[in-house]
Amino acid sequence: MLTPALQEIVDDFQMSPREMRLQMLLDYSRGLPALPERFADAHETLERVAECQTPFFVAVEVVDGHVHLFFDAPPEAPTTRGYAGILAAGLDGATVDEVLEISPDFALKMGLGELVSPLRLRGMSAILARIKRQVVLHTYGEAGRPSTD
Amino acid sequence: MGAPFDPDPKISQYAHPERLVTPQWLADHADDPNIVIAESDEDVLLYETGHIPGAVKIDWHADLNDQITRDYVDAEGFARLMSAKGITRDTTIIFYGDNFNWWAAYALWVCSLFGHADVRLLDGGRQRWIAEGRPVTTDATHRTPTEYPVTPRDDATIRAFKEDVLSHISHGPLVDVRSPGEYSGELMHMADYPQEGALRGGHIPTARSVPWRRAAQDDGTFRPLDELQAIYVEEQGLAHDDDVIAYCRIGERSSHTWFVLTHLLGLPRVRNYDGSWVEWGNAVRVPIERPDPTA
Repeated sequence: MLTPALQEIVDDFQMSPREMRLQMLLDYSRGLPALPERFADAHETLERVAECQTPFFVAVEVVDGHVHLFFDAPPEAPTTRGYAGILAAGLDGATVDEVLEISPDFALKMGLGELVSPLRLRGMSAILARIKRQVVLHTYGEAGRPSTD
Repeated sequence: MGAPFDPDPKISQYAHPERLVTPQWLADHADDPNIVIAESDEDVLLYETGHIPGAVKIDWHADLNDQITRDYVDAEGFARLMSAKGITRDTTIIFYGDNFNWWAAYALWVCSLFGHADVRLLDGGRQRWIAEGRPVTTDATHRTPTEYPVTPRDDATIRAFKEDVLSHISHGPLVDVRSPGEYSGELMHMADYPQEGALRGGHIPTARSVPWRRAAQDDGTFRPLDELQAIYVEEQGLAHDDDVIAYCRIGERSSHTWFVLTHLLGLPRVRNYDGSWVEWGNAVRVPIERPDPTA
């Protein structure tokens, strides 16, 4: 499952030729919101995504059951920034359940593997995996999410 | 004829000074019609954010690799690529890129498989060019397509396959250029998070750990000749006539070391095992060495 906003982004990418997708990813990279001022003195509250080749940090806040994402990614890593920009645009403000239900293969469906190579895509899936883990932690604590089976 | 060599004193010391240029030399020769500047990056969007004026982009994944088979493009594909980038067989190609020139060295190595004669690296790559405040542009580069001859790829001289490596164990030096954690196999212990595609951790038996980074300085340039000799000749004991195979995870970092050994130190028999750990660490029944983590 995807949020409506993320589904729309995936559809846009799917409909576009390769060169256009590259440009769109670049636009998301440029549009990634800057890290809010309040994180400046609290950088340790961000989690580093070790799977990314470049320093990449993410912070997750859950307010009233809605998820907010904050990213710190260097301009020298526009591809990873672009992926973060897509997550920010597609997931910010979504509910906890919506975020936890996101199927990680959406990036493949967007044709990103073809753009950045399947190997590099794994670093990106790791970003989503860490976001989900933090959402669970913020919402349910160490005990984790109760089984829905 | 190719472009003249860079007379820079550090570069002149290397075994093949014709393989490296400084940013100043490139700035002075950028308008030479026989030179094509090519950017090859880890991050495939970086070129679009700004590149050296007139530079073309060569994408390691989309341009150099076959999209179906795990292999490089074939002779026709390579000729098409060179033609589209406005490169002739006599062109001097100057490669540069991000991340210590990993992919620039990789692209240079792939061009060498096809016997393109005059290929060089910009010492320090993209990082140094930008640090020196030199110009970059987002203006698209348009070059007139050329006639580039279809020339066969030579997979024997500077490229090694898994079978070559198997028979190389105990017969010649193997250089593992990955980080110490990858070499020891401990990086495979990271819980829950995907690593880049290997089921087993460790290294190829008899391989010595010489991380690629040791050949580089913080500004992205190569270490001077005497420091490289101290590492690879004095410490590691590599001799001029040694048959050497270097590997990493997918062949990009080992391209960096291949460049150092071949062009800077002048070893004539160095091969890059591009299958590297993503192949070896997934292959059935190949020997792996791994220190006992409890020892």
